[in-house]
Amino acid sequence: MLEVRDLHAYYGKSHILQGVSFRVGAGEIVSLIGRNGAGRSTTVKTIMGEVAPVGAIEFKGERIDGLAPHLIARRGLGYVPENRDIFPTLTVRENLALGVKPGQQGGRWSLEDMFTLFPNLRDRADTPGGVLSGGEQQMLSICRTLMGDPELIMIDEPTEGLAPQVIARVSDLLETIAARGVAILLIEQKLTIALEISHRVYVMGHGRIVFDGTAQQLRDNAAVRREWLEV
Amino acid sequence: MLELATFSLLNGIVYGLLLFMLTSGLTLIFSMMGVLNFAHASVFMLGAYLSYQVGLWVGFWPALVIAPLLCGLVGAGIERYGLRYVHKSGHVAEILFTFGLSYLIEELVTMIWGRNAVANNVPAAVDFPLFTLFGSTFPAYKGLMMVISVSMLVFLWLALKRTRMGLVIQAALSHPSMASALGHDVPGVFMLVFAIGSGLAGLAGVIGGFMLLTQPTLAHAVGPIVFVIVVVGGLGSLAGAFIASMLIGILQTFAVAIDYSLVDLLRALGFVITRSTPSYEFLSIKVATVAPTVPYLLLVLFLIVRPRGFLGKRDV
Ligand SMILES: Nc1ncnc2c1ncn2[C@@H]1O[C@H](COP(=O)(O)OP(=O)(O)OP(=O)(O)O)[C@@H](O)[C@H]1O
Ligand SMILES: [Mg+2]
Repeated sequence: MLEVRDLHAYYGKSHILQGVSFRVGAGEIVSLIGRNGAGRSTTVKTIMGEVAPVGAIEFKGERIDGLAPHLIARRGLGYVPENRDIFPTLTVRENLALGVKPGQQGGRWSLEDMFTLFPNLRDRADTPGGVLSGGEQQMLSICRTLMGDPELIMIDEPTEGLAPQVIARVSDLLETIAARGVAILLIEQKLTIALEISHRVYVMGHGRIVFDGTAQQLRDNAAVRREWLEV
Repeated sequence: MLELATFSLLNGIVYGLLLFMLTSGLTLIFSMMGVLNFAHASVFMLGAYLSYQVGLWVGFWPALVIAPLLCGLVGAGIERYGLRYVHKSGHVAEILFTFGLSYLIEELVTMIWGRNAVANNVPAAVDFPLFTLFGSTFPAYKGLMMVISVSMLVFLWLALKRTRMGLVIQAALSHPSMASALGHDVPGVFMLVFAIGSGLAGLAGVIGGFMLLTQPTLAHAVGPIVFVIVVVGGLGSLAGAFIASMLIGILQTFAVAIDYSLVDLLRALGFVITRSTPSYEFLSIKVATVAPTVPYLLLVLFLIVRPRGFLGKRDV
């Protein structure tokens, strides 16, 4: 579904991504993990067209590198950024409505689905998004992207700064998403939920992929974890 | 006295609404670019000239619609073929670009219509007294200015708050890259916002053209006041720009109308003031004489005590 080959990216003169290659199959949950500054966010931003890509990015068999971000999104690639980017003055309902793409007909998810999954969002439907708690904003941000009916959703550190109960809810939501046939590329720093729900895992360090395997293989590989993950 | 107050208030409101039409466009564009568009007042001037010219060809009423639309097109062109490229070089380049544009427009206007003011008079259709109060008349064209500004602003407000396009614009102004990632054509939205802002400036130019002289220095005449309002109201805040526009519109109109000086005030309070009183020269300056300084006084005051303006989120 998504295939990245030898991807490079730069911020000014600094060479951040130094030849990243990986793939995500249809309906798969794949995690991209690594320490602070490993280049994970840059990877998803480059795929989304926010940072200029050098290399090949294929989505559903077609090259998308070089397209404008909104055109990439309209092809069915969803993105939830690490700072959640809720539109602060717009209500929860308006934030969700903005997830629906121009000209979109129906899709896997309805507003009612979102409110059923998160009754909190229903209660606060007419509250400005900016006053929600961190956990609520995270749910809203994911739900907003789902309203656009992506076939693959890339979620950047959804558990960062959240309490353990809330993290468990995020993890449930990810499984619900996967159950409807949506592929997930999960960006994480900690292994907590990544190892529980992922089919496959990539570890990133210094702008390169340094490990590629199943969740079980990473659990068994203490050397990789020590060198690239533990602090 | 009551007559003076009523008419000053009415004129102040007309002027304030006109200023807001101009500053609302500038504020929208500022929210999007993050820098002030120094060519905004030039688009206002262009509106005045275009309505004059188009009015000669097809009459005032069609010109009232066509001139702002043309200004909107000019704005869209400036964004699409100019600022979009300059943006990559940063804010300083953008500011210089809009400065350059303002001189370019001034020179073009001079080339086409000459250095002297054109006869952009109040059209006959609205050149009659609307009503008479305390023996003074209120002209119909000022009534028209009020109706046009109020209905335009209500329409825009509803469009921004109640339509999907308005939501997309608000989203694109607060988190442009998120709006793009949700599939919205943000560069297209920016071009639209620039067109709307320029169209508003053009419309203000059409209806403001009768009040002010339509000549190549028109942009310089209103430009500074517009920037004062944007700073006093708070950069990027529409509500703030509204308050500041009305405040400056009304304050300045009143100041112009007050034909008294401190001498008159002191005499009214029972002091005996003669030509030989110390600083008589200063005390006898009429309020009307200092009226033009009012906006700048306010600007200086705000920069000292409240640099973020009435409702702004950031310091200037
Ligand atoms: N806008 C930017 N300009 C310059 N350098 C940047 C920018 N954003 C990130 N970097 C640098 O790029 C490198 C990779 O950053 P990235 O955000 O991709 O890391 P990450 O793996 O997502 O980690 P984290 O989110 O924990 O910071 C870091 O060294 C970071 O300092
Ligand atoms: Mg990151």
